[in-house]
Amino acid sequence: MTNVIEVQDISKRFTIHHERNQTLKERILHPRSGSSEIFDALSDINFTVAQGETLGIVGHNGSGKSTLLKCICGVLKPTTGQIRLRGNLAALLELGAGFQHELSGRDNVYLYGSMLGFTRKMVDAIFDDVVAFSELEHFIDTPVKFYSSGMYVRLAFAVAVNVNPDILVVDEVLAVGDERFQAKCIDRIRRFQREGRTILLVTHQADTVRAICDRAIVLDHGNMIADGPVTEALRIFRERLLGDVIDHRPGGSGVVTIDGLSAPSGSFEVRHGSSLRFDATLTCDHAVSGNLVIEVFTRTGLLVSRNDAEASPVTLRPGVNKVGVELANVPLLDGVYDLNVGLVEPQGATMLAWREKAASLQVLYDGRSSGVVAIESSVTQW
Amino acid sequence: MVSARASLRTRLSNLIARRELLLSLITSDIRIKYKGSALGLFWSMLSPALTLATYYLVFSVFLKNGIPLFVVYLFAGLIVWNMFQTAVSSATGVIVDRAGLVKKVSFPREILALSNVGASVIYFVIQIVVLAIFLAIVGHAPAWGFLWLLPISFVALYLLTASIAVVMSAITVYLRDVRHLMDVVLQLWFWVSPVVYSYENSIAPALRIRGLTALYFINPMTPIILTFQRIFYVNTTVRSTTTGLPLHILPAWSMTTFAEVNVGLLVFAVALFLVALVIFGRLEGNFESEL
Repeated sequence: MTNVIEVQDISKRFTIHHERNQTLKERILHPRSGSSEIFDALSDINFTVAQGETLGIVGHNGSGKSTLLKCICGVLKPTTGQIRLRGNLAALLELGAGFQHELSGRDNVYLYGSMLGFTRKMVDAIFDDVVAFSELEHFIDTPVKFYSSGMYVRLAFAVAVNVNPDILVVDEVLAVGDERFQAKCIDRIRRFQREGRTILLVTHQADTVRAICDRAIVLDHGNMIADGPVTEALRIFRERLLGDVIDHRPGGSGVVTIDGLSAPSGSFEVRHGSSLRFDATLTCDHAVSGNLVIEVFTRTGLLVSRNDAEASPVTLRPGVNKVGVELANVPLLDGVYDLNVGLVEPQGATMLAWREKAASLQVLYDGRSSGVVAIESSVTQW
Repeated sequence: MVSARASLRTRLSNLIARRELLLSLITSDIRIKYKGSALGLFWSMLSPALTLATYYLVFSVFLKNGIPLFVVYLFAGLIVWNMFQTAVSSATGVIVDRAGLVKKVSFPREILALSNVGASVIYFVIQIVVLAIFLAIVGHAPAWGFLWLLPISFVALYLLTASIAVVMSAITVYLRDVRHLMDVVLQLWFWVSPVVYSYENSIAPALRIRGLTALYFINPMTPIILTFQRIFYVNTTVRSTTTGLPLHILPAWSMTTFAEVNVGLLVFAVALFLVALVIFGRLEGNFESEL
């Protein structure tokens, strides 16, 4: 497998001016005034992406995800290091960034295509596909300043995916557009994957990464803290987010840990349709109340269920606490499932504690249905 | 391949690879400018035609300076100056103005400045056409033998303009005043170039006596303007229409001298353009934090 993206020792340093001395007069009068601060947006990032791989880049706001993506696309110059790309790249950093408002949709398709590095002939060849994908047949000769934001996004996305780049870079743009168009975009991304193209996706939505990516890297304050399979990377991402929450709590107190889950029966084995009881052990250093969140995942990383946190309030005393949990009438089918347990604040959703893969749930099922859950169906012939 | 610093060779090959973008930026600029106007590009033809007609009227009827067909002399120089001035003054702020694009889409940034130069090339061509029509109307033949110098001189003009436009567009990102400074500099520059007055009426002859002619050619616009005037106005010496005395207008250089000057200038302009790309590359790295 050849590597299409090689990122070597990339660092990016920004100088933040607190007082902007941008006029000639100020520069001459106060050559060194105005405090500035050095900010390392990225430090020594190294990774490679193989052809056909879909890589997710996750991280909280300000972790350097977008900076990294901009370096890869060549919008930003890294301070040190280099990035090698094989094949052409189409980037959707901000949909429609290159659009000229006064020009028609048609003219903008050509202009945007040439910005992505494609010739007029190449755009000619895909023009009809672009228009069909964007569903803007009636408005293609209207200046884009009259477009709604949804139309704008559709046109930009349609150009980027139809130029058939070897590498597609997408930055949080899947969140826009209506549900149907989103589904269409995901569909197109899946086709890209089947065609063996490489995709780089930046998001902070864990679900999107789980659904699309093969691999993920996690950035935190400009450092790469994880690079690996999606579930593993997301676990590290969550733990880091959690760590940040604890760090930022006033007074520095209130550390809650989830020590583990234990089942009275000794095993997390449950027959389909019956109930499972288990206890969660939580330790905290002062009284705290919160809601217990339980997530059930399949081994392939599909979220089966996340309970409504507000329905399960608990009040913890300082010291070791035991909380009983019952999963009623488990509708799951045969297989092994992962349980994630967390404690969130009663108001708002600030995570107080999280334990990924706190236990593995073994479900036994004798029936003939296959899938994840059983949906009873009865068939009547009229 | 993205790295902290790209070599001049990769900069040049990137530029050549993205020539389609340059073309579509130029055409979209022009399209936006004449969007919704029925006559479109015809307007940009009308304006120089009107200028030419006005000058013709003024200098042959009201302000007789004795130089026959002075308007042709004036217009030949103005064409060159207009191309330089409109390109440089519009390109100076282009990166600041298109910050949204610069921060979101990847392409060689100097293309933005070059697209402004490209737009002024189109107006340059239109003005040449207007001048040619005018020459046909008044029955004044250009110096056919010198015509082959025109492309050389034009390429030198283009590269010179592009170099200054590219460097200025980058400097303006750091020092926003440069835009206003440039307006003033361009005005001064105009008056030290022999556009409105004739070369032989400037300080050039005085410099020549002292052997300092080179000093006048520090301004690289001078030889280009002189070449255009030589091609279109033709006469080095004319007889005054008012006094009947001979008037020296253009330097009495041979064609060889003109050729040498132009080729020399072309070599200089090529070198300057490469230097401009290097300077731009050095300045480009911090655009993001300044825009």
